[in-house]
Amino acid sequence: MISIKKLSKRYQTKDQVVQAVDDVSLEIEKGEIFGVIGYSGAGKSTFVRLLNRLEEPTSGEITLDQQSLTQLGKNDLRKKRQKIGMIFQHFNLLWSRTVYENIAFPLEIAGVDKQSSKEKVDELIELVGLKGRENSYPSQLSGGQKQRVGIARALANDPEVLLCDEATSALDPETTDDILDLLVSINKKLKLTIILITHEMHVIQKICHRVAVMEQGKVVEVGDVLEVFINPKEKTTKRFVQQLSPLEHDPERLKDFITEDESKEVVKLHFVGGTARRSLISEVAKQFDVYVNILQGSISQTQEGSYGTLFVELDGERKVIEASMNYIRNSGVEVEVVTNA
Amino acid sequence: MLEELFPNVIMENLWTATYETLYMTVISVIGTFILGIILGLLLYLTDRGNLWSNRVINGITATVVNVFRAIPFIILILLLIPFTDFLMDTIRGPKAALPALIIGSAPFYARLVEIALKEVDKGVIEAAKSMGAKTHTIIFKVLLQESKPALVGGLTVTAIALIGYTAIAGVIGAGGLGDLAYMHGFQRRNNDVVFACTVFIVAIVFIFQWAGDFVSKRIDKR
Repeated sequence: MISIKKLSKRYQTKDQVVQAVDDVSLEIEKGEIFGVIGYSGAGKSTFVRLLNRLEEPTSGEITLDQQSLTQLGKNDLRKKRQKIGMIFQHFNLLWSRTVYENIAFPLEIAGVDKQSSKEKVDELIELVGLKGRENSYPSQLSGGQKQRVGIARALANDPEVLLCDEATSALDPETTDDILDLLVSINKKLKLTIILITHEMHVIQKICHRVAVMEQGKVVEVGDVLEVFINPKEKTTKRFVQQLSPLEHDPERLKDFITEDESKEVVKLHFVGGTARRSLISEVAKQFDVYVNILQGSISQTQEGSYGTLFVELDGERKVIEASMNYIRNSGVEVEVVTNA
Repeated sequence: MLEELFPNVIMENLWTATYETLYMTVISVIGTFILGIILGLLLYLTDRGNLWSNRVINGITATVVNVFRAIPFIILILLLIPFTDFLMDTIRGPKAALPALIIGSAPFYARLVEIALKEVDKGVIEAAKSMGAKTHTIIFKVLLQESKPALVGGLTVTAIALIGYTAIAGVIGAGGLGDLAYMHGFQRRNNDVVFACTVFIVAIVFIFQWAGDFVSKRIDKR
């Protein structure tokens, strides 16, 4: 749906040239939630602004639904922008307008008549869950509510794409989850393509289908979220994945549990996809005569299924341990015996 | 009692002078507002990185504004006499004071407008652009709306300065409370007339300040 080819942006500052976005090519499918993650200064903010040409690209091409954005004239670009919604880290609402008037603003810009505008705004207020707050001013709202207004405003002209520029970075964790849930429900309900940039892996894990990792203006890794999580290739990606399950990469703490004792075995269970939901551990403990001692681990839910790692100690007779490991393997979970290397 | 304290004050003259002062102030505040907004917008929009970023126009506007702000008001009135004569067909009375009052205070207000516009969150302008807003929409529905309390506050300050200017203009024949205080009060050693005029001018200033604060507070939704 959106195809980005060799997109670059260079800035000329007084004493140096900054390559903010460097030869980025991506294909984004219709209806997907595509995440771009990177540390600050990676160029992701510039990247998202190139997509609606708030920043003019130095070179490269962007096509949206077979139409080249990069070649549009000023007027056509303005019209096209009405079909590309955008939400911001600091919400960027007009404080002089009420919630209702803020959401109606893009409709005013598009020249929609008062009656249709009212219907649309009422519908959007309902959609983002702000009923009853129509006449409040932004200063009377909480951060999460402000972002809801931002989302409603971005959806007013029925956009084809929604760009999210660090949309949850100014919110507390709980509000972040609420806003992310709202984005997922909008994505499903309206079949809306969402491109979001963030520095929080949690956001990517929770709602994105695919992810691109950016570093120094370049996309260094791209793929399905689950795949990238399970098998991160680049160093930056690994660091981001580690944000979510810091213990997983901390074998030091397991050392004390690993002994020569035949009746005890420390194993690493790797859950990929749907199986992680099942109560596998209880099943093992019930069916086999072993004690299962959970040492550390974490399971994350992604849009494509669950994924996670669990370190457990199996305590019992050697034969039974082998049998239970086989059972776990047969349920589609990877099993790896951890030894002191 | 009042007549004993103010033996030389003729109430009719005082009211006429008050009316003239109010007339000069109100008309010149309106003129200053319009001219100041235009100049202020021009200063802001042509500044680097803004919508009409243009070094030449910005430089010219800034120079004009600075030059007119640098000229002391009493000298500006004198310099503008031919222009006033041409425009108003007279160089005496409250009407004749208007061009000098407006030209003298608009550059000052323009700077206040520029400051007010600079305070508008750049993110909001970016948001409007991302919605596909035209430049005039951004000017009238974002910039001027979002800076309204500061624009009103600046106008209050300017209006009060203008009341002072009307008194100066009065000294060279524009009429109003300044004229009355100088001609009938100071020149004839009638201190009571000077004092009465002062009380009236202070009252006018207080009313303007109060009205400005009231409006500013009402429209500030931050």
